[in-house]
Amino acid sequence: MAVHIPYIDKPNPVTGVTNAKLGVWLFLASEVMLFGALFSALITLRLGVSDWPHGYDVLNVPLATLNTVVLIFSSVTVVMAWASLKMHNLKQFKTYMSLTLLMSFIFLGIKAVEYGTKFSHGISPATSNFYAIYFVITGLHGLHILGGIIVNAYLLGPGSHMWKSEPERFTGRIECAGLYWHFVDLVWIFLFPILYLL
Amino acid sequence: MASEHMSVEEVKKHTKVYWMIFGSLLVLTAVTVGISYIHLPFTFAVILALVVASTKASLVALYFMHLISEKTAIYLTLALTAVLFVILIVVPWMIPMGAMRSWLVS
Repeated sequence: MAVHIPYIDKPNPVTGVTNAKLGVWLFLASEVMLFGALFSALITLRLGVSDWPHGYDVLNVPLATLNTVVLIFSSVTVVMAWASLKMHNLKQFKTYMSLTLLMSFIFLGIKAVEYGTKFSHGISPATSNFYAIYFVITGLHGLHILGGIIVNAYLLGPGSHMWKSEPERFTGRIECAGLYWHFVDLVWIFLFPILYLL
Repeated sequence: MASEHMSVEEVKKHTKVYWMIFGSLLVLTAVTVGISYIHLPFTFAVILALVVASTKASLVALYFMHLISEKTAIYLTLALTAVLFVILIVVPWMIPMGAMRSWLVS
């Protein structure tokens, strides 16, 4: 028997937002703590050792800068995808969501080039504390990108059938997926200067 | 106004803002990278980098994530998260670094 979940497309009178949206924000709160713990570990390592390399000396700043631009652009395209649905334009939604996916793959491709170069030079997480935390944080961030790709690809493909039957609920889903994607962008906004530019 | 209640006209106005924010984020990214080439004293460089990153993050959170016009339930959730996050970040500064160094070296 199907269980009806209340307030998935209409705001809950108690919170003023849909249950789905509040759920995503609570999930993002837990994500803040996950990445916060890793940032805390980074600070601990950084303060605990005297010889810590400058990111700009050992990492590829131009590639990371390009990735920053790619991810920021994907943040605009995903919010534009949501705005397109609010303007009842499914075709435009598909264009912007496709662009978001394209940017996601470009980001992962650039990251793969960066990782590949490091591995080809014999550099791995075991090389030093710097590389250990670099690979852990950027690797976890990369996994989040992968998760976003799976969700966004579903919403662009089979998931978009919901637009015909329940447009409001589908728009809410895109907003929730967008919130997650913006969070992934936010994490990178801090990772980029901390790991690459200091 | 919360995102659920926006009319088509309001969303159209917002789309212009989104592209303006995108432009601002690109400029701030260029500033972040530019600062790194100056090689400022470390503490000053860290503060400056975090100020620029926080500004970028605020733009994304306020406009793309619509936090500029969100409901109290979301703000309360984030306020609690912020407090716990600050505790997490402050913890390393409480650790005696002499003991930490010898642990890392061993």
